[in-house]
Amino acid sequence: MPLLHVTDMSHNFGGLQAVSGYNLNLDPGQITGLIGPNGAGKTTIFNLITGIYRPTKGSVRFDGEEIVGKKANETSAMGLARTFQEMKLWRHMTVLEHVKMARYSKLSYGFMGAFLDTPKRRREERKTTDLAMEYLKMFAVDQFADQFVVNLPYGAQRRVEMVRAMATDPKVLLLDEPTVGMTPDEMMAMIEVVRKAHERFNLAIFLIEHRLRVVQELCQHVQALVFGQVLVEGKPDEVQNHPKVIEAYIGDQEIEF
Amino acid sequence: MDETHAPQQIGGIFYRIGLFFKPVPLLGYLLGFLACVLLEQLAGEGLASLLGLPKIPVLFGLLTIFKVVAGMVNLLIKGDVFNWASLVHIPSVLAYLTVIYLIPLGVVARTAVKPANSLARYLQGFPLVITALVQLGLMYTVLHIWAEMSDYRLITLKLTLIAILLTLSLNIINGYMGEFSCSHPGFMAIGAYMSSLFTVGLFSSDRVLGDAVFTFSVAYLSFPLALLFGGMMAALGALIVAIPSFKTRGDYLAIISLAFLFIVKSFFENVQALGGSRGIAGQPDWAALPVIFITVAFGIWTINNFVTSTMGKALNAVRDDETAAEAMTVNTRKTKMSAFLFGAFWAGVAGGLLAHVLRYVNPAMFGIQKLAEVLAMVYFGGLNSVYGSIVGAVSISLLGEALRPLEILKWIVIPLLLILVMIYRPTGLIAFKEFDVRQVFGPKEVD
Repeated sequence: MPLLHVTDMSHNFGGLQAVSGYNLNLDPGQITGLIGPNGAGKTTIFNLITGIYRPTKGSVRFDGEEIVGKKANETSAMGLARTFQEMKLWRHMTVLEHVKMARYSKLSYGFMGAFLDTPKRRREERKTTDLAMEYLKMFAVDQFADQFVVNLPYGAQRRVEMVRAMATDPKVLLLDEPTVGMTPDEMMAMIEVVRKAHERFNLAIFLIEHRLRVVQELCQHVQALVFGQVLVEGKPDEVQNHPKVIEAYIGDQEIEF
Repeated sequence: MDETHAPQQIGGIFYRIGLFFKPVPLLGYLLGFLACVLLEQLAGEGLASLLGLPKIPVLFGLLTIFKVVAGMVNLLIKGDVFNWASLVHIPSVLAYLTVIYLIPLGVVARTAVKPANSLARYLQGFPLVITALVQLGLMYTVLHIWAEMSDYRLITLKLTLIAILLTLSLNIINGYMGEFSCSHPGFMAIGAYMSSLFTVGLFSSDRVLGDAVFTFSVAYLSFPLALLFGGMMAALGALIVAIPSFKTRGDYLAIISLAFLFIVKSFFENVQALGGSRGIAGQPDWAALPVIFITVAFGIWTINNFVTSTMGKALNAVRDDETAAEAMTVNTRKTKMSAFLFGAFWAGVAGGLLAHVLRYVNPAMFGIQKLAEVLAMVYFGGLNSVYGSIVGAVSISLLGEALRPLEILKWIVIPLLLILVMIYRPTGLIAFKEFDVRQVFGPKEVD
């Protein structure tokens, strides 16, 4: 039984069929990539799996449990973490607060503890701070701990988002275009970060990416999505050079440029 | 916080004064104020008559100055007779302020830097409770002596303290959570009525609610219960607003909460069992200064605890990006609901206190004007900040009192100020600043 098992998932926005008959098997420690032209429905698949949208049809099983109908905060507490293409960071919060926030579901002091500053709350907050600092060190952004995220360089912001997702203790990490807008150097650094997270925690990673270089470096398995349907899947090389995929990206080969 | 970047040309002198007083801890200022109020008690009346003032300036001379200004304004627009001799009151008041407040405060605070800092450092060795109790005790003493000088001061101080609690409770929702709620006067009304129902209904005889049920000599000990009851009922009211409005985002809460405010108001206007539009009067005189001070201090403490905890920071996460908050395991619905109910609870408690300070309550007190007042305090002081709420509530309350002689012009001056703040500091005077209790009570390290 794979860790993340999606069968025959479909979704439509009104009349628009965004995703149809989508299947995915993700085993522990496996890195799978999802490529496809703009508007193919890649991010929608992420939103469907994590519970931001509810699929109109199909099933998503995580760790043997059906998670269709669960809310995003429940799936993430179960161990399904994600990052966002547009990096949804919180502009009025510091880097440390970002990482601590990801431990929200693990806090047990409750609202009364929060109001009355009980010893239990102090203990848990201290433990969370220590843990968050550990994560920040691991990804080499601890020097920014007390800064507001908006003041950080772009690459560091991306890493903070990654640390934040890692701090939820995920079993599966969904990365939505982690290298978008990066320089080639920043991109290589990001590949290293992803690889490190993968090796250290034996994570299963599901990755949306436009840059074929990243996919080639990281993934063992790739799916190519076009108009909400998986066109081809297999090894990175095979998928990239598949005529149908090339056609979807740059049009019919017969066309004269 | 911008002290280091203060422009040298304009802010030169203020910058230097700020630098001079930088090492003074809170304890030093408290000692300075203690000296001021003691001096005023001893020599205030004598000095005032010496300077030709009719009585001691009650609100730091603001009232006296604006009375003169009002006289001049009336001369200009209505042609009223202006007593030119009253002009001399302005320099006299300033002299009084300098002698009684500025000089003793400056001298004591600055000379006591070393002992105050070492005392603060010594107190820091104990649990936070001890430090807090000592400094709050000192603060209370100062306020008590200051307010003892006149009844007007006492009532202004009480209302200002209540305004702080109310402003802070609204800041949880409008600042920390970033939703726009208009129902706060409604929660306040519920708190005021319900706690009055408790105290007047049970412990005193009155026209509307009938004879007292119990007659204990120590009945005032039940006042915390009355406030708690008022707060709880206000939170229950908040639940009614929260259930439909938190299913969506945006302006819905503003509209629903405004509707709620009107519903509450007309409910109390029309229920004859609660006195109708004349309301309930004859509340027992239990809201003494220490009671209010303790309640407000406790309220500030719990609210500050909440907003500095990770559970409370979740509100900021929800405000800045709700989708990201959910993806990071935050239960956004629960967070928003609890914060809304918590804010309403403290608004209810503030209402209960208000009813027992004024010793009457009627629906007209909780209308749009109250809403405008509390919104002004929140946005003037600063969103997402405990400091901001305190500053906003105190300055708008004092300004409201000080500008009273200007009569109708008061309602031009205060909104104008608010507009200026919105233009130059859109999030308020002191926004997004964390209130660290340890740092506030601790010593000031000088480098």
